[in-house]
Amino acid sequence: MAISELAMSAHVNAGDTAWMLVATAMVLLMTPALGLFYAGLVRSKNTLNTFMMSIGAIAVATATWAAIGYSLAFAKGNGFIGGLGHAFMHGVAFAPRAGTAIPQLLFFAFQATFCIVTVALVSGAVVERMRFGPFLLFAALWSVLVYAVLAHWSFGGGWLQAHGTLDFAGGVPVEMGSGFSALAAALVVGARKDYGRQALLPHNAVYVLLGAGLLWFGWFGFNGGSGFSTGHSSVLAFTNTLLTPACTLAVWFVLDLLRGRRVTAIGAATAIIVGCVAITPAGGYISPAWAMGLGVVAALPSYAIILWRPRTRVDETLDVLAAHGTAGLTGILFIGFVAQLAWNGKANGLLYGNAAQLGHQAIAALAGPAYAFAATFLLLRLIGVFMPLRATEHEEALGMDIVQHGEEAYATGEGAILLSTEAALEDAIPVAQP
Amino acid sequence: MKLVIAIVRPEKVNDVLEALYRAEVGGISMSRVQGHGGELDRVETYRGTTVKMGLSEKVRFEVAVSDAFVQPTIDAFCAGARTGEVGDGKIFVVPLEQAVRIRTGETDEAAVTPVEK
Repeated sequence: MAISELAMSAHVNAGDTAWMLVATAMVLLMTPALGLFYAGLVRSKNTLNTFMMSIGAIAVATATWAAIGYSLAFAKGNGFIGGLGHAFMHGVAFAPRAGTAIPQLLFFAFQATFCIVTVALVSGAVVERMRFGPFLLFAALWSVLVYAVLAHWSFGGGWLQAHGTLDFAGGVPVEMGSGFSALAAALVVGARKDYGRQALLPHNAVYVLLGAGLLWFGWFGFNGGSGFSTGHSSVLAFTNTLLTPACTLAVWFVLDLLRGRRVTAIGAATAIIVGCVAITPAGGYISPAWAMGLGVVAALPSYAIILWRPRTRVDETLDVLAAHGTAGLTGILFIGFVAQLAWNGKANGLLYGNAAQLGHQAIAALAGPAYAFAATFLLLRLIGVFMPLRATEHEEALGMDIVQHGEEAYATGEGAILLSTEAALEDAIPVAQP
Repeated sequence: MKLVIAIVRPEKVNDVLEALYRAEVGGISMSRVQGHGGELDRVETYRGTTVKMGLSEKVRFEVAVSDAFVQPTIDAFCAGARTGEVGDGKIFVVPLEQAVRIRTGETDEAAVTPVEK
């Protein structure tokens, strides 16, 4: 992440702090927005379970982040992982975080919202069949063993940052981290029972569009806050967060027209995400003109993978790999070509005479996905030894909402008979277990 | 006394209701159904998944009528629901054994004759 123009300031800056308070709340909104986006993409019988995986990420990842995740990402340690200096928020208070002019307590909260939304992103690979309990356990362990490690590499003084990789708002930990973990999770958990046999369609495209819109709004805090200031890099990243997704959207329309002679709504929502993801690592490093170019470029590989993936046997259900992993990778590499010292004050890319930058970016584009995929694969295999990861076929057929939560998203109340007390439920009335 | 069942396009429902009103046919039920009548399949695309929708939305009317009203009812359905394209629907006429108006206990022809206003 970019270090503010006020680097090493010993004082807290009121303007920076005010903006970061707002930005933190905006990023937290992205998690329920993602829940809505994902809920619209699944079948109606899995609406609540899918949404609850995102809400569950808030509960679990906040706790792990406060306990140890923040420390492993941002406390002094070695190149691979941070230390335990800030475990249980030790020493996290009102003094400014080094390299910023905002209180470390606020820096902690802002970074926590990143961890939360990244955990929630991975759920897209396993919706409609993974049991809720094992998912929460996975979320807790993943937030520490995968997210905190990758965050340390990119922003916490780890080896990628030390070697000169530019990653403004989380192309490595958030986007490639979630995308390639999602691929591993889909492989370990396995496909839904009807995958490839029946048409499994999104049940509410309006949720998908509204979720994408709210995510885009939150992303202005995500990218615009990743300069930790109201300085140049924040303003640049903020504006680029408008430019890139808008261009991706336009290109997606053209690709949809070429493919099916119609522009699709779910395609549009997907394009917004792809554009936001692509500009995430690059936001504060590339010019607005190149940000628009990135929007055009990023659409192509993600669109291709979204077309190709359902023809495979890999049920990476909500295409986290295409939308996040692939677009994040495109963004990370794009920096290596078009980063401009004149705009970012840090480094040039290949087109501006610094070929080495592309090398730094390429290393991140290999190491980030490799670690995320391998660690997630092993972690889920390990959890699978102790408990079944997925619901039975019968439960999957009934839908995860009723089986896992005892609720329906669209209950009509028809045929529902009021039971007077909890005791009556247990003592007097035989109740069928789903 | 017959039960006239008509399955029509949902977008022609208002036209059908208007035609039935002009033919002075009262007392109808309608429900949304899904069916397939040999029309061309509709293709939809969701991200990388392309599907052919095998069933189309249709609306099913049920009208119980006295024998004199059978032909006017059929004519009204045809007038209201026809577009000339495949998929306009079907009309089935079946004999009706008994009818009872719950409010009054009237039976048969009296039960299916609309109340004088």
